Amino acid sequence: MTEKSAVLTTLEIEEINAEMAHYADKAAASIEALKIVQKYRQWVSDECLVAVAELLDISPAQLEAVATFYNLIYRQPVGKTVIHYCDSVSCWIMGAEQVQDRLCRLLNVEPGEMSADGEYTVLPIVCLGACDHAPVMLVGDQLRLDVTDDSVDKILGR
Amino acid sequence: MENMSRPLTQNIQPDRVFATLADYESTGGYQGLRRALSELQPKEVLQWVKDAGLRGRGGSGFPAGVKWSLMPMDDARQTHYLIANGDEMEPGTFKDRFLLERDPHQLIEGMIIAAYAIQARTAYIFLRAEYHLAARRLEQALQEARAKGYLGERILNSDFSLDIHLHTSAGRYICGEETALINSLEGKRAHPRTKPPFAVVSGLWGKPTVVNNIETLCNVPHILRNGVNWYKGLGLGADQGTKLFGVSGRVRRPGLWELPMGTPIREIIEEHAGGMRDGYSLRAFLPGGASTDFLLPEHLDVRMDYDAVAKVGSRMGTGTMIVLDDKTCPVKMVLNLERFFAQESCGWCTPCRDGLPWTAALLQDIIEGRGHMEDLDTLSRLTGMMALGNTFCALAPGAMEPLQSALKFFRRDFEHYIAGVAPSPSVKRLT
Repeated sequence: MTEKSAVLTTLEIEEINAEMAHYADKAAASIEALKIVQKYRQWVSDECLVAVAELLDISPAQLEAVATFYNLIYRQPVGKTVIHYCDSVSCWIMGAEQVQDRLCRLLNVEPGEMSADGEYTVLPIVCLGACDHAPVMLVGDQLRLDVTDDSVDKILGR
Repeated sequence: MENMSRPLTQNIQPDRVFATLADYESTGGYQGLRRALSELQPKEVLQWVKDAGLRGRGGSGFPAGVKWSLMPMDDARQTHYLIANGDEMEPGTFKDRFLLERDPHQLIEGMIIAAYAIQARTAYIFLRAEYHLAARRLEQALQEARAKGYLGERILNSDFSLDIHLHTSAGRYICGEETALINSLEGKRAHPRTKPPFAVVSGLWGKPTVVNNIETLCNVPHILRNGVNWYKGLGLGADQGTKLFGVSGRVRRPGLWELPMGTPIREIIEEHAGGMRDGYSLRAFLPGGASTDFLLPEHLDVRMDYDAVAKVGSRMGTGTMIVLDDKTCPVKMVLNLERFFAQESCGWCTPCRDGLPWTAALLQDIIEGRGHMEDLDTLSRLTGMMALGNTFCALAPGAMEPLQSALKFFRRDFEHYIAGVAPSPSVKRLT
């Protein structure tokens, strides 16, 4: 009990409890619980994972199986803003590879890496459902449409 | 006033950020719900939707009313669930996001009516994580609906009570498969389940559960409001209602339009999308997302309805087309598609987990000049090994659809790579 509150904040615990109330069992709130932690801490550390598992009454291994299945749960630190560029078919036709190149060159990273200043992590993502405005990317929670080299530069402020 | 010819998008206007509750009510919003609760028994609502011929808009085309009717209704104490599948992630598909962001109450009304028909007291919206704006608008719309008495205890003074919870996911294409979605909603890895039993008999926490696509549910209020005969009059061909059709790729005006079911493909690509951009011609297209077979310019006069597209060897799928132009390499396009499917395989069954990366690796070898003519036979064999019936769910069979049609239609492009000669677009132009 004490260990739990030592790792997770009261606010995190309250929000996780509110999500648990929507389901027939506690474990169903696994994904929401991990996302709540991630909302406040950008990623899910081992300590947090164990604390969340305890709150949900499941084993850490069970929760880790869930955490590592879903690509939008981060089990390692990410930059302040995560940039997801779409690499699915419509964006690929419309120039997604150039967007990826530009992003990675400007930030000096490979896809999947965090920039040296800790500001950005660049990740590929599947179709973002805005194919009439390809190529697109998600900057934090903002969808950017009709991305060009110039708009990549502008978004990164360079 | 209602727009009777395009019910699904009547409240969506270019100069309107999104339809508010007042906007939605001003064109008859929530009148379908009023009618259902005050005039009709649940089984009558179900019969209306069945008679209207509404088919699943997520890709399968399974009749929604038939799905609902499979729910066991003999035990009134049994818990039932309704889930709206908002895990739109089929590459090339951008219709549900549009409906969710621009007119969230339409989905909510559709869900309440559907829940009444199948007597579910709890419903969930399963929304993909990346749809942040849709999540905010839905959360707000749910609060408005609760405040107005459309949701909660004794809705509109009837005996029916319902609450809807919004669940935002955390990625993975496989969550769109209905039994994988249910596992995910239970907080587990999104592996599909063995069928039978189907979800409608044993779904969420083992209870009877109906899972319907967003666009499917958005049709329901209009059927209740305007009646079965009106709805059946909307389609041009064998199928009923209207459909959101989309086009992406190198066309002049990529976009999304609500059109009668059965609209010819030519009208969608050439009129609504404005035809190909200058300097490009149409080589082929995927009619309904990444997991549908390629069709050719000779198929442009086919109507977009489930059976007409199936008859020429593909599927209408989600109704959002991806256009392949003459300057884009079809082999590389197929590699992009197969890499997607290989990445998104959940890993549960061997044909999919091993077969898809093998497929992608062979394609990459061919493109990078390490291919052999026998590789084409291997690819062809793989399409058989991952066909429907050999895998746990429809992911890998769907992945094989663009590949098998590409091997048929673009064989010379594959062979050119293997022979070490770059394919020449100029001699391959078909239109």
